[in-house]
Amino acid sequence: MPIARAARRATVRLGAVVLAGTLLAACGGPSDEASDGAGGKVTVTVDLFGSFGYKEAGLYAEYEKLNPGVTIKQTDTEDEADYWKSLQTRLAGGGGLADVQGIEVGRIASVTQQQADRFEDLRKYGADELKSQFAEAKWAAATASNGAVLGLGTDVGPEAMCYRSDLLRQAGLPTDRGELATKWSTWDGYLELGKKYKEKAPAKSAWIDSVGSLYSIMIGQEKERYYDASGKLIWETNPALKTAWDTSVEAARSGLSAKLDQWSPQWNQAFAAGSFATIPCPAWMLGYIKGQAGDAGKGKWDIAALPGGAGNWGGSYLAVPKAAKNKKEAYELVKWLTAPEQQAKLFQKQGNFPSSTGAIDQVADATDPYFNGAPIGRIFGEAAKAAPVQVLGIHDQNVAQQITNALSEVERKGTAPDKAWSNARKGVANTIG
Amino acid sequence: MTLAASAKQISPPRAPTLRRAWQKVSPYTYIAPFFTLFAAFGLFPLIYTAFVSLYRVELQTPGDMEWRGLGNYTALLSDEFFWTSLRNTFTIGVLSTVPQLVMALGLAHLLNYRLRGRTFLRTAMLLPYATSVAAATLVFAQLFGRDFGLVNYCLGLVGVGPVDWQTGTVASQIAVSSIVIWRWTGYNALIYLAGMQSIPSELYEAAEMDGASRWRQFFHVTLPGLRPTIVFTVIVSTIGATQLFGEPLLYEGSMSGGISHQYQTLGLYMYEQGWGFFHLGRAAAIAWLMFLLILVLVGVNALIARRRSHKEAGR
Repeated sequence: MPIARAARRATVRLGAVVLAGTLLAACGGPSDEASDGAGGKVTVTVDLFGSFGYKEAGLYAEYEKLNPGVTIKQTDTEDEADYWKSLQTRLAGGGGLADVQGIEVGRIASVTQQQADRFEDLRKYGADELKSQFAEAKWAAATASNGAVLGLGTDVGPEAMCYRSDLLRQAGLPTDRGELATKWSTWDGYLELGKKYKEKAPAKSAWIDSVGSLYSIMIGQEKERYYDASGKLIWETNPALKTAWDTSVEAARSGLSAKLDQWSPQWNQAFAAGSFATIPCPAWMLGYIKGQAGDAGKGKWDIAALPGGAGNWGGSYLAVPKAAKNKKEAYELVKWLTAPEQQAKLFQKQGNFPSSTGAIDQVADATDPYFNGAPIGRIFGEAAKAAPVQVLGIHDQNVAQQITNALSEVERKGTAPDKAWSNARKGVANTIG
Repeated sequence: MTLAASAKQISPPRAPTLRRAWQKVSPYTYIAPFFTLFAAFGLFPLIYTAFVSLYRVELQTPGDMEWRGLGNYTALLSDEFFWTSLRNTFTIGVLSTVPQLVMALGLAHLLNYRLRGRTFLRTAMLLPYATSVAAATLVFAQLFGRDFGLVNYCLGLVGVGPVDWQTGTVASQIAVSSIVIWRWTGYNALIYLAGMQSIPSELYEAAEMDGASRWRQFFHVTLPGLRPTIVFTVIVSTIGATQLFGEPLLYEGSMSGGISHQYQTLGLYMYEQGWGFFHLGRAAAIAWLMFLLILVLVGVNALIARRRSHKEAGR
């Protein structure tokens, strides 16, 4: 308001030309001071994908309070694939980059192997001293071959299985997490239970949301997925991948899936409609479920251990591009956001599981009333400890996308599995070629 | 101009040579702004794209360019996905252009009558054209939803089972085409209407005196009079259909045009190669093939139109 009034007075007194001059000066002022650092006003821009949940958990507001003069502006793209593409375009052009950019773990190999020169080496700002805070694998994955630290870990994605206890009860199945965990200790057991559910399920309700998500959660239990440790593409001959594929195909053919593509609008609507009874959930999915199912879903959802052992699906990093405007301030923000206290707070509010070892201990006793008081700290903590350290490759995300597309063909069009597999091979060749 | 002219009158001695030179140069200076902009934003990208299409270039490592010659083009010719997208572009093009132009013609004919609220109706026709592709597509995507969509709900009322408007090849192409039809029918109708109003009313009066019905008037007076307009709209719609991009991209938000590329158009395939997989060289090759394809299509169109008008003149 005062600015508007001052502007009006200026117009009256001095005319439009002078006004333009003052406005320009006013715009120039703060950012000039910002480069001097202390006391100046600075706007740190943060560009993310999916749901990091910082804003929702009130962490930005807290940081702004702790650091007067700092304003945080966040932009967010829901689909990581869209986000990555726009980030790559801006990196190539060198403009329009935010001070802090989120990087998905499936892309971090591309950053360390192909684009190490586009991101700040955070050791410059003293990131070295933070190393002991993080899980070792998380730290190593963001380190380039020359030792440069290109990003700090935010969350990891230990896997569990979320389910609607009200729907299971209606179908006459057990709803206790311990009992379910023993019944579906293997994936075969999980499919068996699914078939029982299908017999007595409420109308328009399937066992699982999509076979794509079943595949993704299963492949998350493996150490080697698409590449071997030497960086060679091995997905076609990887027996573990084939097992995940076959199980997904069986689920599709037994009609256990609601046939919803993950991240599609239909999928979003289905959370509230009860179209599926179980959904494989990495820790970050908890926040997504709360968002989509809303208050009406409170207490209906629950979480049990994952069939077939522990795994990891996703997780992210925060990085500072070389072309960022406020690198120092950006690093300070990243350091604060990824510190144990903040990671712990974020997990309690949003469900993003910490990658910081200190934070994991802090949240061991956490429970979540939305999920019927499930001991999320213990469930995900155990999964995080037991999950394999995955071998990452440049094209992980692209290969995974082609495979889940092919599985969707089996599920939605009834394509023969062999045909779908060969489609996936062609798709991967086209992507990488 | 007037200023310059009066200035010249004040200094007569130097004027004749200068003026002559100016007269020679001035037309070029007048058109210069357009051609400068065209060179910067039309010609240069076109040539640079041709240059890039001869290399292997990746967006993540734009510095490393590897000479491939015509390799990108020959690879495309044996690329199954390229042919799929070419076929899709053609089928979606026909599915959207034909009904669109036929409906536009009918609507224009109706609007040409003396109707109450004619101006309102004519303005209303143009409204879909004024909405953004993104907004329209997102709404249509909701309407065509498999589980909760309005279209399937209505089909259910008349006893037709739910159609998967995303997965089926024909179904998804119809859905995408319907967005195009919805957006462009009114626009074409207005162009036809303008064409119809330039047909002299004496022709209709004469036809009426000869006892021609409304239908016969439409076929024997309106259609021949509209021929140049129809040729124009066909060419413009063909170019539009060849470049179709926004609707299929936003329909499911998938760059591959559905899980089996069932409605991926050439434009979308180019985008997927360039900005999804970051193969800029290959994307540039697709762009050039599209450009050549459009030239051929427009050429064929023009040829047919000329042959017809020759025939007409010969009769």
